[in-house]
Amino acid sequence: MTCPAKQQPLPRKLNGGQFQKNLALTTMVLPGALWYLLVRYLPMGGIVMSFLDYKLPTRKIPFPVNLFHSKWVGLKNFSFLFTSESWVMIRNTLGYNALWIVMGLVLSVAFAIMMSELTKKILAKTYQTLMFFPYFLSWVVAAYFLFAFLDPTNGMIVRAQQAATGTAIDWYNEPKYWPYILTLCSMWKNTGYSTVLYLSAITGIDRTQYEAASVDGATKWQQVLHVTLPHLKPMIVILLIMNVGKIFNADFGLFWSVPMNSAPLFPATQVVDTYVYRAYTSTRNVGMSTAAGFLQNLVGFICIMTANAIVRRLDEESSLF
Amino acid sequence: MTAVSINKHSSRFHLRLNQISRGTEFLFALILGLFALLCIIPFVFVVIISFTGESSISSQGYSFFPLSWSLDAYRQVLRLGDLLWRSYFNSFLITIVGTVLSVTLCILYAYPLFRRDYKFRSFFSFLSFFTMIFGGGLIPTYIVCKNLLGLSNNYAALIVPMLVSPFNIIIMRTFLQTTVPFELIEASTIDGAGEYTTLCRIVLPIMKPGIATVALLTALGYWNEWFLCMLYVTEKKLYPLQYLLMEMQKNSEFLARNSSMIGASGAEALKSLPSQTMRMAVVVFIVLPIACAYPFFQRYVVAGLTIGSVKG
Repeated sequence: MTCPAKQQPLPRKLNGGQFQKNLALTTMVLPGALWYLLVRYLPMGGIVMSFLDYKLPTRKIPFPVNLFHSKWVGLKNFSFLFTSESWVMIRNTLGYNALWIVMGLVLSVAFAIMMSELTKKILAKTYQTLMFFPYFLSWVVAAYFLFAFLDPTNGMIVRAQQAATGTAIDWYNEPKYWPYILTLCSMWKNTGYSTVLYLSAITGIDRTQYEAASVDGATKWQQVLHVTLPHLKPMIVILLIMNVGKIFNADFGLFWSVPMNSAPLFPATQVVDTYVYRAYTSTRNVGMSTAAGFLQNLVGFICIMTANAIVRRLDEESSLF
Repeated sequence: MTAVSINKHSSRFHLRLNQISRGTEFLFALILGLFALLCIIPFVFVVIISFTGESSISSQGYSFFPLSWSLDAYRQVLRLGDLLWRSYFNSFLITIVGTVLSVTLCILYAYPLFRRDYKFRSFFSFLSFFTMIFGGGLIPTYIVCKNLLGLSNNYAALIVPMLVSPFNIIIMRTFLQTTVPFELIEASTIDGAGEYTTLCRIVLPIMKPGIATVALLTALGYWNEWFLCMLYVTEKKLYPLQYLLMEMQKNSEFLARNSSMIGASGAEALKSLPSQTMRMAVVVFIVLPIACAYPFFQRYVVAGLTIGSVKG
């Protein structure tokens, strides 16, 4: 990513051209760079609010003036971390992410390998098309898909339960089922995408390697272990590093819209992202919400750097940067 | 004739040599098939529900085989009139304008990063990449966008915050690296073409598939977006379709929970509430454009993602 440009020394005569070229290329980058500065880097300065007692202005005061007049409170905004509520949301965020990273990896690699072994290519194509479909839908829509099955009055599963046992589970009020439901939803939406990625990596592997392995007497399983997986390794590692960097960030849409914002489910569905949003919209506590967001980014940053450093030490080729 | 068939047979036999057994293959096909079905069935189910008659729903709930069919849900949706068409229009407008702007910015940013001879390449590369691993968080971004950039209750608020994506820039740059030979740029420069001419005349035509991929990903992102609306927009006439659906859910929940407290006027409001089937119909309205275009764009996305993500 950040490898330095290799520049050939140019004859003097061309230096004027060099300047013009760099100028022209810089004008191309500029609009995007400006966007980065305004929408991504400026808010990083806003992190300072997590150490301030920042109050939303009641009158029309310019933001910087208000910021300047806010009192410095040190780490007070981080005290929310030591409430039981925040333990639940941190546990949920880390737990779901860790579980889904592993499950997603195993499922999609397994699916990709299985798919590559199908001899009927039309079947593989069809499966791929169907599996990729949920990736293109929003969670708002997916929430209704689930609702069609779990709706307390008309849902298909609910009606089936009533018919069989007379009573049905009140899905939207029972947190204990939601770890499974959310896991299912997450796998449903994202597995197809990573399966397609891995499958295309597998199809890129030189077929003669398998033939050679087979001539040497390797079973199919040995071929998977010694040919396929080593070829997939760089991709697996890069996706892993990226995911580990997001371990403290949850998929807001999933946790917000799929449980239909049902309060009794919070023990199973509250994650840092939804907590920040709810805290901000209900109490307007800027300092605390900023602190929580800052913590998220800090932990993510540390994780991604650590993961990358570890990978780099083990195998420099597959590290991200 | 016989020779051909023997040949065919032997070649099939040969193909099977380094293959899994038929039994295993059948098992694989079954597992994958079940998962593939799971991926598409909920959508089919919702489509069926949206065409189900109220009487069938009250007697047997949502079912794959309803007792009666009706178009009531769609009549109800169409009765929303302006609100619906306005949201539809908003969704399309945001998607089209957002995609055009976003792809333009992406090309302009990715192209210099692909140029090995660009002096500030590593700097701008880092500027983009760093935002992938660190950020200011939701609230500072919200305050900056709303108070300093004026992104509140306007179309810009639904477009600008996701205009540039470092991920798309990486896809585009990698695509350039794998498809455009550097000699081509050099040749064009020697021929006296300026940088913009080179980009528009030489590079753009080659990178059409890459542009298609990024454009499709961006368009889907905008079409499915509702969080920005939740953050920055309160005016109903700016709602995209996705958020309209969310609002319907919120309103009906609120009224259903509090109908006893509100009394007669509440009961009246409850009656005019969007029925479940109607909301399912709105879901169909949202997914329909994607489902229609899906067979065409799917292979572009697959191709582009493959190239873009193999090399980080």
